[in-house]
Amino acid sequence: MTVRIFVPRDAAALALGAEKVAKAITQEIAARGLDAKVVRTGSRGMFWLEPLVEVETAEGRVAYGPVKAGDVPDLLASGLLQGGTHELSLGPTEEISFLKEQTRLTFARCGIIDPLSIEDYRKYRGFAGLEKAIAMAPADIVRQVTDSGLRGRGGAGFPTGIKWKTVMDAAGPQKYIVCNADEGDSATFADRMIMEGDPFVLIEGMAIAGIATGATKGYIYTRSEYPHAIATMTEAIEIARAAGILGSSVMGSAHAFDLEVRSGAGAYVCGEETSLLNSLEGKRGIVRAKPPLPALKGFLGRPTVVNNVISLASVPVIMDQGAEHYKNFGMGRSRGTIPIQIAGNVKHGGLYEVAFGLTLGEIVDRIGGGTATGRPVKAVQVGGPLGAYFPRALFDTPFDYEAFAAKDGLIGHAGITVFDDTADMLKQARFAMEFCAIESCGKCTPCRIGSTRGVETADKIAQGIEPEKNKALLADLCNTMKFGSLCALGGFTPYPVMSAMNHFPEDFSPAPMVEAAE
Amino acid sequence: MNMRISAGEFTERSLQIIRDLKHLEGPMLPILHAIQAEFGYVPDEVKPIIASELNLSRAEVHGVVTFYHEFRDHPAGRHVLKLCRAEACQSMGSDRIADRVRQLLGIDFHQTTLDGAVTLEPVYCLGLCACAPAAMLDDEVYGRVDEHCLGEIVAEVRR
Repeated sequence: MTVRIFVPRDAAALALGAEKVAKAITQEIAARGLDAKVVRTGSRGMFWLEPLVEVETAEGRVAYGPVKAGDVPDLLASGLLQGGTHELSLGPTEEISFLKEQTRLTFARCGIIDPLSIEDYRKYRGFAGLEKAIAMAPADIVRQVTDSGLRGRGGAGFPTGIKWKTVMDAAGPQKYIVCNADEGDSATFADRMIMEGDPFVLIEGMAIAGIATGATKGYIYTRSEYPHAIATMTEAIEIARAAGILGSSVMGSAHAFDLEVRSGAGAYVCGEETSLLNSLEGKRGIVRAKPPLPALKGFLGRPTVVNNVISLASVPVIMDQGAEHYKNFGMGRSRGTIPIQIAGNVKHGGLYEVAFGLTLGEIVDRIGGGTATGRPVKAVQVGGPLGAYFPRALFDTPFDYEAFAAKDGLIGHAGITVFDDTADMLKQARFAMEFCAIESCGKCTPCRIGSTRGVETADKIAQGIEPEKNKALLADLCNTMKFGSLCALGGFTPYPVMSAMNHFPEDFSPAPMVEAAE
Repeated sequence: MNMRISAGEFTERSLQIIRDLKHLEGPMLPILHAIQAEFGYVPDEVKPIIASELNLSRAEVHGVVTFYHEFRDHPAGRHVLKLCRAEACQSMGSDRIADRVRQLLGIDFHQTTLDGAVTLEPVYCLGLCACAPAAMLDDEVYGRVDEHCLGEIVAEVRR
């Protein structure tokens, strides 16, 4: 039987040389006349081991990594095809503790299947949720999603089922499902991994959303910085259309649903849902005032569900396994699993899907293994550029929407950036303001002007110019931005700034300026 | 117009792109992406054509083009090198890498080398945050960018 060797085609694996490795294996197989073939997959999400090569054996998959193209001849000589041992051996993939301890519901197939094989997708319970949804009344689908406790994984944490119900109940000849795949937060890559590693799960989730709400058209709005995701997603949609999953009759049902991928153009603010809708309509990505809610007046003024990739990709498993199954994971009002993305200066960076409730310390120290540089962890930023910096003193905070809010932070899209003790928190606070200034859509004054004033004020503190007065001014500015901005960009930029100032005051008290000789 | 085609041909190619896409709901961004793919940037001369085809004012089209970082108003170099400047990459020393790139290429961000080989652009996240610092040369991605990797990238663009 032809032995299957798995090499990821995920962008992060490619960035670490997976393409060269796949080519080297293909060449060596041919040169040696071996009965084997290379299958390209998504990533398992263990990026310190990428490129991770897996081989299918009678005992399951066996992993090797990180593999360089130059290692390939030696690997084959060591009996790669039989799962032979080599210094790069990692043993059975599923036994690697980083993977074994996860609860993969949304990412169940990612890294395992060929992302563009509809057969592979079906083999791992693909479309089982959609089949069940087709047999149900729309209101029952919405109830099941509501009962699961699923909340928006983009960051806001709004209950997905309630949003769907609003759209279901809204009248209108044309409704839309818009997938927010504008994953611009630093430290986040879960959306990208799904689109590159298991695109059919997003298609399935969106089709279910369409059936539940009466929407027949969907858009996936993603980033021009994600060319690989765009290519895979576009191809998957064509395959799904040819297979009768999308189109005028979804899987032979009376429901119509079709999809299109749209690419943004490098504007971070378009990850905000109303700005995204304007951009999708072909306008400047300016934030809209709410109300009206997008659920009632969204894309082209019509009822629209705007959900994050991970929210939509979690729907198939909820429909397939039931609301109870999903809801049983998690803590408090944060139900189900969350794909935590561990990034930055960390030893074991990657994607870790787990039930809500792990403490920040467990994630950073035990799972992430501390810093990549081996120096002490100074701070972790949770939730992207708009998330707070947490010091070690707050590492007992459980990963839960409400627990983070109580500590003046946010989970956001669940990205964590680890910094070692060389980080300068005043510089990070300044960057938060600078980023807001670069990316502000310009509609509201606190964000547009406040961010620039924030950069100037941070600079004055750094230069030792009236530091106490300027720190008070910065705090006051943050207060205005937090409560006066129209959207989360200006409204949440104060989180990284204030947390840096409150938790790391020593970085905001630089040595007094040496007076120039008079 | 900084292109080696006649005004007539330019208009014809622009119209072709616009008419192929104008049936879409919200056709503006797909059109602008296609224009930039065709000409390497979004020339000023295309704005009245788009405006007329989509029944918008030229000011509206100009407003959209200038809102998005991705759309250029002049051609880029033969290659575009994007260096991630966001937090995860910062935590792994991307500021140092950025300084080194500027030194190696002799240009700052948003500039193109005199020989037209490469344009250097900042990018705020490539989604390669667990293998930082990250860069993208045209559509090719690079993770854990270090001195050696930079050498390869620079050699590639200089070729």
